[in-house]
Amino acid sequence: MSNRKEFSNSRRKALKTIGLGAGSAAVGASLPLWARYAEAQSSAPIKVGFQAHKTGIGAAYGRWYERTTNAAAKVINDAGGINGRPLEIVLEDDGTDPKRGAEVVEKFATQHECDVAYGTLFSHVVIGSAPRAGELKLPYFVVSEGHHVASGMLNRYTLQPGITDVKSQVAAMAPFVSDNLGKKVTMIFPDFAFGHDHRDFFSAAIEAQGGEVVAKIAIPPTESSFTKYFPKIPRDTEVIYHVMVGPAVLTFVKELGEFFGPSRPEIFGFIDSLEAVDINSPGLEFLDGTYFWEGNPRYAQDNQSEFDKAYRAAVGVDNNGASVSDPTDVSTYAHMFGCWETLHVIKAGMEASGYSGAGDRAKLIEAVEAMSDLPHSHAHPQGAKLFNGKTHQVFGHQYITRVTDGKLKLAHTTSIEDTLYPDEVDYTTQAF
Amino acid sequence: MDFGPYLILASLEGAVAASVLALTAVGLSLVFGVMRVVNVAHGEFFMLGAVLAWFVASSIGGHPALGFVAALLVAPVLVGGLAAAVDMTVLKRVAYDPERTIVATIGILYIIQQVTLMTYGPDARPVTPPFNTRLAIPWFEFADGRVQMYWPWGLSTTSYKLFVIAAAAIMLLAVWLMMTRSKIGLVMRATQLDSEMAQAFGIPVERVYAMVFGIGCGLAALGAVLIVPIQQAHYLMGTDPLLLSFIVVIIGGLGSLPGTVIAALLIGMSDGIISVFYTPTLAKILSTLLVAFVLVFRPQGLFGTRERE
Repeated sequence: MSNRKEFSNSRRKALKTIGLGAGSAAVGASLPLWARYAEAQSSAPIKVGFQAHKTGIGAAYGRWYERTTNAAAKVINDAGGINGRPLEIVLEDDGTDPKRGAEVVEKFATQHECDVAYGTLFSHVVIGSAPRAGELKLPYFVVSEGHHVASGMLNRYTLQPGITDVKSQVAAMAPFVSDNLGKKVTMIFPDFAFGHDHRDFFSAAIEAQGGEVVAKIAIPPTESSFTKYFPKIPRDTEVIYHVMVGPAVLTFVKELGEFFGPSRPEIFGFIDSLEAVDINSPGLEFLDGTYFWEGNPRYAQDNQSEFDKAYRAAVGVDNNGASVSDPTDVSTYAHMFGCWETLHVIKAGMEASGYSGAGDRAKLIEAVEAMSDLPHSHAHPQGAKLFNGKTHQVFGHQYITRVTDGKLKLAHTTSIEDTLYPDEVDYTTQAF
Repeated sequence: MDFGPYLILASLEGAVAASVLALTAVGLSLVFGVMRVVNVAHGEFFMLGAVLAWFVASSIGGHPALGFVAALLVAPVLVGGLAAAVDMTVLKRVAYDPERTIVATIGILYIIQQVTLMTYGPDARPVTPPFNTRLAIPWFEFADGRVQMYWPWGLSTTSYKLFVIAAAAIMLLAVWLMMTRSKIGLVMRATQLDSEMAQAFGIPVERVYAMVFGIGCGLAALGAVLIVPIQQAHYLMGTDPLLLSFIVVIIGGLGSLPGTVIAALLIGMSDGIISVFYTPTLAKILSTLLVAFVLVFRPQGLFGTRERE
């Protein structure tokens, strides 16, 4: 204190500023270690680097992932933050591009000094970014659905605690398809990692049910015209299994309808083919009576839980799955709950590990690995989940809805047990 | 699917692609032919046509046909006007120097793309077609010793796709008539043959250049308006048309309109047919290979004439 007075007497502004700095440094140094620690803990926000698909082919998902993330951060902050510290979301656009994805992860670690990175959806971006996150020892929480986490392809720093993976989803879908729709299936899927997961795991799962995949039609995710692929659908197909991503999904489904006309086979689709698209768009009438997998039902169902109600309201989604401010802005409801739930897992993990800074990143991962039952709650509005700490992958209920009177009505809910498969990796044996 | 119906379907799909490609590529070829400018931003003017079509169609209520017709009239004119302005403010300033125009149009490419991203956003948005009826196509087979007609599964097209083919054909005919029968065409051809001599004869070459650039980009925009009810308007949709237009223009011969149309049909149809029977990747490999062969063995293109020295 005497320092400061001495300098202020000199009346020279520049020196005064320096003096202030020196004074406060002196005060800081004189405090015991624990008090400085408490000071840092109470004021500095916890920074979550949000790798968002703001542009590029994943932009529709990016828009809704961002809204969900902001809503979840607000809920967490309104309830007192994490370990008493506010949660700050640092958003960077990855352009849905793997190369940019890795750069963004690097930015989070070195430039923004984020505590964790989070939020990626497209599997090629995850696969492109995860190795860099591992090298930087930055926990990387993905919301991607791909099987790459549980397959053992990635590393100990990459976790997927908020959304189930394709392998478990299709394992639970295959019995429904073969029992209710037919045994001879033609698959149409995007030609990259996510689509290959569908191809490989659904083929195996339907064969286990006594069915068979009669044709596998891969379509590049940047394709804009689809009719030319459909003649490869064999005449004896009983069920079309479709999953498509990218900006042209509406064209894809419309052309599928135009191709079949009045004599369509049974159709089972992953809602990815129509995420962020109104199912009542002109040209989609033929979908009436067809089935969709949904990670979380877009339309509010008769048995809607109080948790879904609160989550829907917090994000700003109406009962038809569109934005409350613009009914034509349809959400990616089947996927974006993963952001909400992942942020809550990060919070729970940080609280369980007493996370205080970058030095505790390994402790955070161990705390998340120790989780198993995640009950249906405000933190997990999609449903109860089971986290597997060894494979870093969460398992949960899957929903099958049927297009009825222009809405997606719940037809079947799978159990968590339907979605389980044997572990393929034990990340906990890898060193940090 | 049987071979016959399969081939018909592939040809129909190929014809739709070829007709839009022909319009886009003729625009590129016109600009190169008359101005000797390689317009790298051509695909972005195509995209702009689609995006403007969405703006126009969605701001006009009532029957979808109203919005579509308005888009068909307004979008190409707006894009053409913008292109003419670009010519006067940018290309003229760099004196149409070949290297510098390439760099300048690359800059324009990014400006248009990013401004679209900042205003229109990253979403794909549909324009409702004015009419769209599914037309099933019958096929014939020999059964029990006589010809029988049947309706193969999936062999169909839509009334709108047929309209796209017809509209593109009419527009190409109009461009050809303009170039060969009208005063404007005469002036353009004179400028193409020798711009200095044309200037000496009192042709306002600078204005001709602005007009040609406007018409060329307007044709791309028109192709985009025609395709946008089938596909959707998206800020990244200009890349493929640019690449394919270059392929077409190189094969057909830079600056040759008939060559461009024939090359567009060749590339569009073969892309449709090869994609259906084999894979789309093979179709791209073959068309790129064809470009390589043309460049090696006939650098002026199939229908081009050698530069006069």
